[in-house]
Amino acid sequence: MNDIFDVIIIGSGPAGLTAGIYTTRASLSTLIIGGTAWGGQLMLTTEVENFPGFPEGIMGPELIGKIRKQAERFGAVFKEEDVESVDFEVVGDFRVVGDGEQYKGRSIIIATGAQTQWLNLPTEKRLIGRGVSSCAPCDAPFFKEKEVIVVGGGDSAMEEALVLSRFATSVKIVHRRNAFRASEIMQKKVFDNPKISVIWNSEVVDILGEEKVTGVKLKDVGTGETKEVRIDGVFVAIGHKPATEIYSGQVELDEKEYIKVYDHTRTSKVGVFVAGDVHDYRYKQAITAAAFGCMAAMDAEKWLEERKS
Amino acid sequence: MAVLAIDDNNFDKEVLESKVPVLVDYAAEWCGPCRLAGPVLDELAKEYEGKVKIVKIDVDQSPKTPANFGVMSIPTTILFKNGKEIGRQVGFGGKKPFEELINKGL
Repeated sequence: MNDIFDVIIIGSGPAGLTAGIYTTRASLSTLIIGGTAWGGQLMLTTEVENFPGFPEGIMGPELIGKIRKQAERFGAVFKEEDVESVDFEVVGDFRVVGDGEQYKGRSIIIATGAQTQWLNLPTEKRLIGRGVSSCAPCDAPFFKEKEVIVVGGGDSAMEEALVLSRFATSVKIVHRRNAFRASEIMQKKVFDNPKISVIWNSEVVDILGEEKVTGVKLKDVGTGETKEVRIDGVFVAIGHKPATEIYSGQVELDEKEYIKVYDHTRTSKVGVFVAGDVHDYRYKQAITAAAFGCMAAMDAEKWLEERKS
Repeated sequence: MAVLAIDDNNFDKEVLESKVPVLVDYAAEWCGPCRLAGPVLDELAKEYEGKVKIVKIDVDQSPKTPANFGVMSIPTTILFKNGKEIGRQVGFGGKKPFEELINKGL
């Protein structure tokens, strides 16, 4: 193995893997540290209908598998390891510690994406896998002929509700506002689905159940009134938070802990670039993440070249 | 030994009546994280050969067993020893959580 890689990419969603396709094709030695649970959020989806090139749609995990193969085809080294820490102190000699091993890179592309934002209720963690879930495509079949709620108002909440409607008797979407921020096409699918109803202006303030979920306590955000609803499952889709814990003190983060971007893909640290949901709070699509990955790779390549001369 | 595929019919014999601890992987074809867990469990099955048996059960084809053990999310892995559950892991978090779970039974 190379002593020092031209590029170390941290993360293996569409951003990181696309960056890997570009850096390897530019003949840069590339290490992708993809994480043990590699592949990112697409691994938790079913059908992806908006990624160009797949007119019939494609399963999220299959799409990611293909992009990984494409990156590896051009020589990217892929490690299924979680990054424990990073040291970006010395420009051009960056250090990344994976599963007990330290890797060296001349440049870095951060593409660690974002993770499920949970409700942070006291009983929630205990009931994950016992009725609380953030992955309808994984868990929906266990809710056959059961009643479930989905918490959230974006596209992922709509997708969760639609997937669940194939199995559950009824799906209620609980949303704290009086309108969704989801795309029109997803909202239409939801409103047209006879199994799905919406509880507007409400928040989940408690999840009930000992061995498994038996209900939730909802609060009307207008009146402050609370009521208990009997339910078998709670699917949380209130958004994601950027996976940036390991970078604190190394590169600048904004107030919401996204990585701060300068000049398209640069971070506050020279030689460290960023791509995808770890900095993009606006678009958050597989295709935009892939595009950001391409941009970061091209910027890293240019930077490495300029440094040489 | 590789990971053995079992079903509702032979669950009691392969898991509850086993002399060695058994790690059961509840999974399905269509589940992304299950696909990630598969190769890791294959690796562990070789590493722990003779000490722990690792089996997988397709929750679509065998819905009874997961329901009996309150499995409502996949992948879920449960470690059984002497016919009793002694620990479980919900979701896929890499090799380490599996090893920690297996070590509970050794």
